[in-house]
Amino acid sequence: MTESASRLAIEAVWRIESAKLIAGLTRMVRDVGLAEDLAQDALVIALEKWPVTGIPDKPGAWLMTAAKRRALDLLRRDKLRDRKYEEVGRSAELYTEDELNGEASGEIGDDLLRLIFMTCHPILSREGRVALTLRLLGGLTTDEIARAFIVPEPTIAQRIVRAKRTLREARAAFEETPAGPELKERLEAVLEVIYLMFNEGYAATSGENWTRPLLCQEALRLGRILAEVAPLEPEAHGLAALMEFQASRLKTRVGPAGEPILLADQNRSLWDRLLIRRGLAALERARSLGRPLGPYALQAAIAACHAEAPSSEETNWMRIAALYEALSRVMPSPIVELNRAVAIGMAFGPAFALELVEQLESEPALQDYHLLPSVKGDFLYKLGRIEEAGAAFEAAAAMARNEQERDLLLRRAAACRSAE
Amino acid sequence: MRFMMIVKATADSENGKPPSPELFEAMMKYNEELAKAGVLLAADGLHPSSNAIRISYPEPGGKPKVIDGPFTEAKELIAGYTLIEVKSREEAIEWAMRMPDPHGNGEGRIELRQVFEAPELTEDPSMLVSHAKLTEEMKRRGRS
Repeated sequence: MTESASRLAIEAVWRIESAKLIAGLTRMVRDVGLAEDLAQDALVIALEKWPVTGIPDKPGAWLMTAAKRRALDLLRRDKLRDRKYEEVGRSAELYTEDELNGEASGEIGDDLLRLIFMTCHPILSREGRVALTLRLLGGLTTDEIARAFIVPEPTIAQRIVRAKRTLREARAAFEETPAGPELKERLEAVLEVIYLMFNEGYAATSGENWTRPLLCQEALRLGRILAEVAPLEPEAHGLAALMEFQASRLKTRVGPAGEPILLADQNRSLWDRLLIRRGLAALERARSLGRPLGPYALQAAIAACHAEAPSSEETNWMRIAALYEALSRVMPSPIVELNRAVAIGMAFGPAFALELVEQLESEPALQDYHLLPSVKGDFLYKLGRIEEAGAAFEAAAAMARNEQERDLLLRRAAACRSAE
Repeated sequence: MRFMMIVKATADSENGKPPSPELFEAMMKYNEELAKAGVLLAADGLHPSSNAIRISYPEPGGKPKVIDGPFTEAKELIAGYTLIEVKSREEAIEWAMRMPDPHGNGEGRIELRQVFEAPELTEDPSMLVSHAKLTEEMKRRGRS
């Protein structure tokens, strides 16, 4: 194996093992920062040895053993100087080889879940949660995270350092899995981080890129992991389903020149049937738990209506309007109301829907939201009020933060002007 | 990046002989690992070729010829597949290496194949280059 080839192979092992390794080590040393350092040390040793010896049969267990040895070395060397390693020595002895090797797969799931709850801890800033989750659960380098968010690498590095410090100082570095009423709130924080990540990749709010694949892929992967390690939580499956459906349309939502293509105009034959099937299965799992659907599962149910419709016209808009109604009850929001208005417009015609949209115009939360005038323009256009529609699209374009979206709105405005 | 791990058929799988309980359990465990790593997209086993048909086009532009199974060349047949979504070819290889020996009688064979995808879904520059080259090649052939 050439040196670069073996390096790539080791990186692949790291990608597969790092989250489990850090999660297991954190259980032992009760400090996520220290756990990551130990895991990194083990990686350095692997990078030195594996190109010569080849990758071992059980690379995860090998890395865990190397990290544990490293911990014990540090303990001996720094016993008096640094008391935090004492904990390592004490707990390292408590675990059997099987546990260290992660043979008990239930345990791996528990460790990973605890780690996700920790990296998404509410005491951290949102940016800190996202960066730390991508780093520890996704196994991404700070450089990769920085490129995904288009910010300088030191910014991300600092967010991660700060997040780890906050966790340590709050002694939240490795608590038990939250339970009872706390669980709901903590799970919401986790779901929020993953969905934030997905949306950041799905529709960049600013800049030239309309989608950033790496973030979408990572969020989707984390969502799938969460659904596996928290199988009794309907919203974990709901979020996974929602992202599967949205990802199924990724290829079709941008044109060759990077311009956005709206749902109604997308080539549905290019939607990824495999991801749609996965989305439907995840939604079914959420439903089968027999609890009322939460905001993510309801949004997934709406996305499922689109995914199963052969065309925009043949979509079950009445069902979608009803689902938005249900969504507005569990997650009241003017944006949900706006979406409900769109569905009602499709189901019952633009006249009544336009009234609903106009009622929303006084909503403070929607003052700068470009989709409000954009939707209004659409209804006006359908009602034949072309001049007013053009003005609405122009107003929407002035508010749009994404260049590609702005171009699309300006094109629609221009089409109205030339049609007058 | 998507990869398909294809498990090749054997005399046993073609005869409809189920895997041993140990192998079955090892496969279940492996699939669970894939799922917990968030990389599993789909995994299916196929019926023996005895109830399959094969459609071929021996004459260019001619009618298809349909042959009923079973087909004799077991080694060339497929017994099942697992579809995964990973970040690199090396990660796919690492997962494929971890799949249990699918037959356990010296006949086990797994083939790892990459799935074509739209270039905007991958950020791997080498993939983008190969995709661009392929598109170019297809254009060239289309013209000649």
